[in-house]
Amino acid sequence: MTSTENHPEAFLIRGASLLGGDPEDFLLADGEIAAVGPDAAAHPRAAGAREIDAAGLIALPGMVDLHTHLREPGREDAETVETGTRAAARGGFTAVHAMANSNPVADTAGVVEQVWSLGRRSGWVDVRPVGAVTVGLAGERLSELGAMAESRAGVRVFSDDGICVSDPVLMRRALEYVKAFDGVIAQHAQEPRLTEGAQMNEGEVSAVLGLPGWPAVAEESIIARDVLLAEHVGSRLHVCHVSTAGSVDIIRWAKARGIAVTAEVTPHHLLLTEEQVRTYDPVYKVNPPLRREADVLALREALADGTIDIVGTDHAPHPDEAKECEWAQAAMGMTGLETALSVVQHTMIETGMMTWADFARVTSTIPAAIGRLADQGRPLAVGEPANVVLVDPAHRWTVDPGTMATMGRNSPFAGMELPGRVEATFYRGTPTVLDAELNTPRALGEQA
Amino acid sequence: MKHLLSTHDLSREDAVRILDTAEQMAAVGTREIKKLPALRGRTVVNLFYEDSTRTRISFEAAAKRLSADVINFAAKGSSVSKGESLKDTAQTLEAIGADAVVLRHWASGAPARLAATDWINAAVVNAGDGTHEHPTQALLDAFTLRRHWSRVRGIESTGADLDGMRVVIVGDVLHSRVARSNLWLLRTLGAEVTLVAPPTLLPVGADAWPCAISFDLDETLSTGPDAVMMLRVQAERMNAAFFPSVAEYSRRWGFDDVRLAALDEHGFEHTAILHPGPMNRGFEISSGAADSKRALVLEQVANGVSVRMAVLYLLLSGDN
Repeated sequence: MTSTENHPEAFLIRGASLLGGDPEDFLLADGEIAAVGPDAAAHPRAAGAREIDAAGLIALPGMVDLHTHLREPGREDAETVETGTRAAARGGFTAVHAMANSNPVADTAGVVEQVWSLGRRSGWVDVRPVGAVTVGLAGERLSELGAMAESRAGVRVFSDDGICVSDPVLMRRALEYVKAFDGVIAQHAQEPRLTEGAQMNEGEVSAVLGLPGWPAVAEESIIARDVLLAEHVGSRLHVCHVSTAGSVDIIRWAKARGIAVTAEVTPHHLLLTEEQVRTYDPVYKVNPPLRREADVLALREALADGTIDIVGTDHAPHPDEAKECEWAQAAMGMTGLETALSVVQHTMIETGMMTWADFARVTSTIPAAIGRLADQGRPLAVGEPANVVLVDPAHRWTVDPGTMATMGRNSPFAGMELPGRVEATFYRGTPTVLDAELNTPRALGEQA
Repeated sequence: MKHLLSTHDLSREDAVRILDTAEQMAAVGTREIKKLPALRGRTVVNLFYEDSTRTRISFEAAAKRLSADVINFAAKGSSVSKGESLKDTAQTLEAIGADAVVLRHWASGAPARLAATDWINAAVVNAGDGTHEHPTQALLDAFTLRRHWSRVRGIESTGADLDGMRVVIVGDVLHSRVARSNLWLLRTLGAEVTLVAPPTLLPVGADAWPCAISFDLDETLSTGPDAVMMLRVQAERMNAAFFPSVAEYSRRWGFDDVRLAALDEHGFEHTAILHPGPMNRGFEISSGAADSKRALVLEQVANGVSVRMAVLYLLLSGDN
């Protein structure tokens, strides 16, 4: 792989199906989509461009994750910005939002700028830090949200993810306050008193397994409260990792009422159920927990009909020792960056519920819009930033966490056969992934 | 059978075989020399992450009567309290040469986890895990009930099951591993089960269980069940609003002297009373009931050793 110092190589992509449409050529040059269609090969920048035979491949806008745990600073034994963003690039992402529950917590301009700088230095994807809503995620007083918004990191998404902003007054104030800079509160909806010691979904399976239950109502009651608060103060609300059929009903009602709420579902909640917990293998331990089959089906329908707006991975890497233990002792969370595309293809596209154009909407366009990322989630059109993914939808593979770029080995999909492979990822024209392998990050000098 | 982790997945055939083997073991217990050479040279480790003197000494007596070497590993006050993982402890026991690990753990599923991983090759016996299961308790209860039911029916205990027996389980079902293990095993053996508890102490999802559920102990007792199994209730549950007070619990769901007398008045002479121990006398069971001739509590304790001998014997010597 060669690349000139200041001008990244141009790529002429031959015969890719744009968003699943008819095969077309397109040209990536100087960090942009320079040409699309029959004229692409004749474009002046096509001379000397590297050609990629993309017959059978689907071209999509670079995926944008609104929900990633990169663990740095503080838990570099679990993941670093470097390893997490390598995983993101391999998974087809060109931007990720780094959740705030690091150590120190990302609750000041200093910490969010540190994470943002680490992302720029790595150069695999845009790293957009999420700011903590409350100081230290303690749920007591607001962080300096304005300072984080004004910082070089330009934070627009604020979340105490991992912990619910359960105090209704604090939640109301946060929703109101971020209107000053067009921010959004991303709520981890979990009523704390109803989930003390909770280990898995509360229902028939928890009754048999003797594990303390995490009832659906603990999620649904917070979402119901928050959509009403958002309506009352006229603010934007984003609901993280929706996991129950009841939550879907509440969000559907709120949207019909015109409330500015967006919602997210994880790939694992689209595929796995609480039945997995019968093994007591903590690789299936996650928060919110895996739910019933009926919930999985409701989440798929909601994603297809737009009630749920986006897919967010909730990528949560953990060191082996955090999972090689008793269920109750184990950490919650699953890796997801390198399996998200395949799981969504498997659950939504192969089931006929969504098209690749829908896929682009829920994994790129809308998450970029929620995070207010101006140069991500754009159409595949001339003059747009060259954030593009090439996917082989016919490829099938068996998930092996040992071969992943993330440091986390805690994939609940290990051993499963899934469809789809990211053949190439272009991040502002730089091929971060080529031939389905990590290729090169974007040099810092190009990132002005 | 490589492990004994739960009664949920125990077949009727295996269950009856364990009970029949326990009858043979019980016969040994009546001899002057209460010892068999069956497990000579085998090592049984009692790995207890939770205090339970009763269960531990029962397993210890069972292993010793089979001539096994017994190591008691109380995880409290050992390296475990300094933060050693279950994995490291298991690998240590493997290196020591344990043939069976009898595991008592506060975490539901810990024995299943031990059996599923490659941390140790030994047979795993679940001696009570969290609020999940306590299979040897259920087996000793079934053994006790089978003798009682066989006496009532006038048949031999060995080879029999509990077909047609009506058993009532009363108390804190939500937090009880004993209730779960008993329910599955009693159903497998053909008994009908009714659970009686305050609604707060029944798990959400219990309506899918293969049993009847009642909130009214008097009504249930008036149907003349063949056995009533009282569960231990922790008074601290009151603080988490599971019930208003010990007195109210006792009035509505305790086996008191009035209910004992009512059984006599109804002429239900066969209704037996069981309790897994330790009992809270005056709370979930009165002294009058615990010490009555209906009570099989001490038989349960004695049968516990026979049943645990049978389990260790079958796991470590196989069918040969």
